[in-house]
Amino acid sequence: MEDLVQRVIKRVRKGDQQAFGELIDLYQHKVYQICFRMVGNRQEAEDLGQEAFLRAYLNIDSYDSSKKFSSWLFRIATNLSIDRLRKKKPDYHLDAEIAGSEGLTMYSRLAADGDLPEDQVVSLELQETIQEEIMQLPPKYRSAIIMKYIEDLSLKEIGEVLNIPVPTVKTRIHRGREALRKRLRHV
Amino acid sequence: MACNSDTAALMHKVLDEIADEKDKQDLTLHLQSCLECREHFEELKRTIAIVQSASRVKAPENFKKSVMARLPREKRRPAVRRWLQTHPVVAAAALFLIFMTGYLFQIWHAPQEVAVMGEGHVVKGSDIVIVPEDVVINGDLIVHNSDVRIEGKVKGDVTVINGRQYMASAGQVTGQIKEVNEILGWIWYQIKHLFTGLVSLHEIRGFSL
Repeated sequence: MEDLVQRVIKRVRKGDQQAFGELIDLYQHKVYQICFRMVGNRQEAEDLGQEAFLRAYLNIDSYDSSKKFSSWLFRIATNLSIDRLRKKKPDYHLDAEIAGSEGLTMYSRLAADGDLPEDQVVSLELQETIQEEIMQLPPKYRSAIIMKYIEDLSLKEIGEVLNIPVPTVKTRIHRGREALRKRLRHV
Repeated sequence: MACNSDTAALMHKVLDEIADEKDKQDLTLHLQSCLECREHFEELKRTIAIVQSASRVKAPENFKKSVMARLPREKRRPAVRRWLQTHPVVAAAALFLIFMTGYLFQIWHAPQEVAVMGEGHVVKGSDIVIVPEDVVINGDLIVHNSDVRIEGKVKGDVTVINGRQYMASAGQVTGQIKEVNEILGWIWYQIKHLFTGLVSLHEIRGFSL
C-alpha cells in the first residue's frame, strides 16, 4: 500500500495531476472525516478537506517520503481545522448545547442496554450527540481522540500526525477519555 | 476518585492496550474490591464504545472534482507524456507516418536515378534517360525523376516514376510499361513492391527448407 502511494507521489511531483486524483480517491473520506469531526459542520468540513488536498498538492515537494504520506496529509487537515476553530465565534458551542437534553435520554437508554455491539445501528440522535460531545473537548484532545477512535490510528501514527511524542499522545487521549466520560456519565 | 492516581494510570494503560499481564491482574484485583473504580472503568469503556460507534462520514460525491478544479493548471509536458503512455499504438503510428512522409518526399524530389536490372546500359541526359538504338536491355528498367526515350529494346518491364516514357515505335518493350506520376500511386507501387518482395523471399525460404 505504502509502496503504491510512494509511486503515485513520484508522478505527482513530476506534475501529473491525474496521479494526484488517485491520492484523492484513496484519502478523501478520511480527510473529510477528520475535518468534520474537528469542526462539526459538513459544509466547513468539505471546504477544509478541499483546502487540505490543495495544500498537499502545492507543497508536495516538502513532503518527506521516509514518513507515511497519510500522516502528513492528516496533519495538514488537522492544522487547518484547528486554525478554523480559532477564527470562529465563541458562541458556537452554545448552539450545540441545546440538544443536550435529548442526549440525556439516549445515554440512559444506552446504560440499560449495556455495551454497544459493534454492528449495532446507532440512531441519528445519538450520532449527533456523539459529535456534540466530541466538540466539547479542547481541540488538542479532540484531535487525539478522533485519530485514535474514529480513524483507528496507532499511538505512534497519531504522534506523527500531530507532531508530538508518543507520551504526549497518551496524555491527550487519557484526558480526552476522562473528559468524555464525565460528560457521558449522567445516568 | 477515592483511589490513588496509580489506579487511573493502570486503567488507561489497559485501555491503550500496552498493559502487561501483571498490570491487568493488579487492576482486576483492585476492581473486585473497589466499587468506585469499577464504575469508573466501566464508564471509560462505555465512553470508548460510544465514540467508536460514531458513523464514518463520507466526503460528498463531487469532492474529488472540486479539488481537481482548484488545482493550478497542469504543465503541458506531463499531459502529453500521459497521452503517449495510454495510446502507444497511435503514438507509434503517428511517429511512423511523420518519418515515412518525410522520407517519401525526400526521395520523390531526389535527383534523376536509373536502375537497370539486368544487362545493358543507358545514356543519361540532364532530364532524360535514353536507351540507344543499338542497345538491348535484358531485364527491367526503372527510372526515377526523369523522362525516358526508348530507341533500343527492353526485354522486361519499364517503370517510370515521376516522368514520362517515349518510344520510337511500339513492341520494343516486351514486358509492361508503367508510368507512376502521382505520389500516392508511387506509394502504392512501393507497397506492392515490398509485398511481392516479401512473398518471393518467403517462397525462396520455403523451398530451401
